[in-house]
Amino acid sequence: MNARATGALIALFAGLLLLPAFASSYVLSLATLILLFAYTGQAWNILMGFAGQLSLGHALYLGVGGYAAAALYFHYGIGPWLGLWLAIFLCALIAAFIGFLAFRYRISGVYFALLTIAFAEFTRIGFDHFSWVGGSGGLFLKVTQRESLDLLNLRGPPAMFYYGALMLAGAALVLCSWLLKSRPGFYWQAIREDEEAARALGIDVFKWKMLAMILSAALTSVAGVFIALYYNNLFPEQIFHIGRSIEIILGPIIGGLGTLFGPVIGAALLTLLAEIATELMTALGWQFAGLKQLVYGVILLFVIIFLPHGVWSPLARKLGIDNVSRRDAGAQSLDSK
Amino acid sequence: MLDPINFTNVIISGVLTGLVYGLMALGLSVIFGVARVVNFAHGEMMTIAMYAAVMLFAGLKLDPFITVIPIAAAFCVLGYFLQCAVIQPFITRPEHSQFILLLAIAVIMTNLLLILFGPDARSVQLDALLQSIEIGPLLIDRGKLYAAMVAAATAAALFGFFRFTFTGTAIRACADNWLGARVVGLDVKKLYALAFGLGSACVAVAGCMMTLLVDLTPNLGPAYTLLAFVIVIVGGLGSMTGALLGGVLIGVSEALAGLFIVPSAKSMFSFALLIVVLLFRPQGLLGHRS
Repeated sequence: MNARATGALIALFAGLLLLPAFASSYVLSLATLILLFAYTGQAWNILMGFAGQLSLGHALYLGVGGYAAAALYFHYGIGPWLGLWLAIFLCALIAAFIGFLAFRYRISGVYFALLTIAFAEFTRIGFDHFSWVGGSGGLFLKVTQRESLDLLNLRGPPAMFYYGALMLAGAALVLCSWLLKSRPGFYWQAIREDEEAARALGIDVFKWKMLAMILSAALTSVAGVFIALYYNNLFPEQIFHIGRSIEIILGPIIGGLGTLFGPVIGAALLTLLAEIATELMTALGWQFAGLKQLVYGVILLFVIIFLPHGVWSPLARKLGIDNVSRRDAGAQSLDSK
Repeated sequence: MLDPINFTNVIISGVLTGLVYGLMALGLSVIFGVARVVNFAHGEMMTIAMYAAVMLFAGLKLDPFITVIPIAAAFCVLGYFLQCAVIQPFITRPEHSQFILLLAIAVIMTNLLLILFGPDARSVQLDALLQSIEIGPLLIDRGKLYAAMVAAATAAALFGFFRFTFTGTAIRACADNWLGARVVGLDVKKLYALAFGLGSACVAVAGCMMTLLVDLTPNLGPAYTLLAFVIVIVGGLGSMTGALLGGVLIGVSEALAGLFIVPSAKSMFSFALLIVVLLFRPQGLLGHRS
């Protein structure tokens, strides 16, 4: 990372730290959403962008994570700090199970994607009939005073959630930048580029794919806990829905698969463009359900046709922080197979 | 408790619905088998065909058994050009790129339908189909029977096309060996597009028939895309008989799941079946190991 990039990053982080001081609650909620998508995108990117395994069922980990922490809190009054560990543990276990089945039987590509969808949908319908956590009627957490800050139970004002999301996104960025530069990252990229060649070089392909799967799922489950606490409600039809999984993958794809800043840029672009479109339509007096998703779809179509490597790599070159993407340049070869 | 007549009725109903499912999946299978493109917008395409049938019925009082012909023809043309213009450049791109392209198309289709037609459920009510057919103690739903017959006839026509016509044989040649087909002078691009068109026509016919079986909402698409995948993977990706067999199997298992457990959990059963098949026989029941 060159000096220019480091400087820009520090300035950005400082700006984000100060944001709640002068931003309206609307801007703050938008920023929280962007950071949350940046975080989940980063988590998904480990599995797809680094290790090359296309998961289309990441909503599964959001849902299980969210429900685990929320149910503990709802039924036993056990706070989210403990629930978080249960969420991580459960999701790691589920990911290990799915990963074991898939990678043992050498299921990859489209088949792997379908397997992940099947597990997510299976769980969604299961939770629809799981009355202990409210079934399809949903699970609701008590909405507390938004002014008082209760860090022990993570109940507090929007600014608390904003800083939580900022911390998550920042930590994920640091983790991924470390991963890319260290042994796991190189192994994953080797597997992504050519699994057989990686195997021939003595890389334990199964082990490293499992690791990517478990890490990605565990990170995603934390976002699930965050969503449960932030929105105070969980519905299987929303949290487990395939639309959720698609939302997670849009950011990294638009930003640039396998890059470090792709998920962040992608999340910001996507959220802002969808918001602008919604505002514009509201101003024009057009109120349509599905408009946001339509905008997502059009952006996705545009990016995949005209910018198959995402917006980050060309942007980085323009901004003169090319060095950053040199390490990410491997992502380019994702498309040269 | 288990009444054998009721049980038989449920099985028959499942087989009939399953044939329509099978035709839908056949479209997916043709597209994948030939062009090697995973059509992730399959259910969404069917939903569009369903809207065409329902709107023509509501506006012009034409029943789906008549409108199925122009709708299928229109879909064949649309599929042909969709393949030529949008999908063909992606043929050489990696799998996930194609997948995401079609995902984008699917998202656009679903939400356009939602914006155009709103979330309300629509259906086709034909007076002629209200009365069930009685065979001894058995009751057969007329709409389902006719829908299944149209589906079976379309599938048979498609089989005939692939087996007996020159173009059909040429398309199979492309599917078998892309390079070989080029070497003997076949226009592979055109045949890919034609396969996509035929697959689209299949799904259009299935969609028209589907209007007789279910209520129509814009968000049916993703569920049917998944269902089509479940069917072709259970039957064997690329195997045409496998797709029909898989359709009937899923139709019957859904009907039985509706009888024995809560109806809303019926697709849970299909997904469980998909998981089991993917793990233990990934080539599907009638597929060949590649």
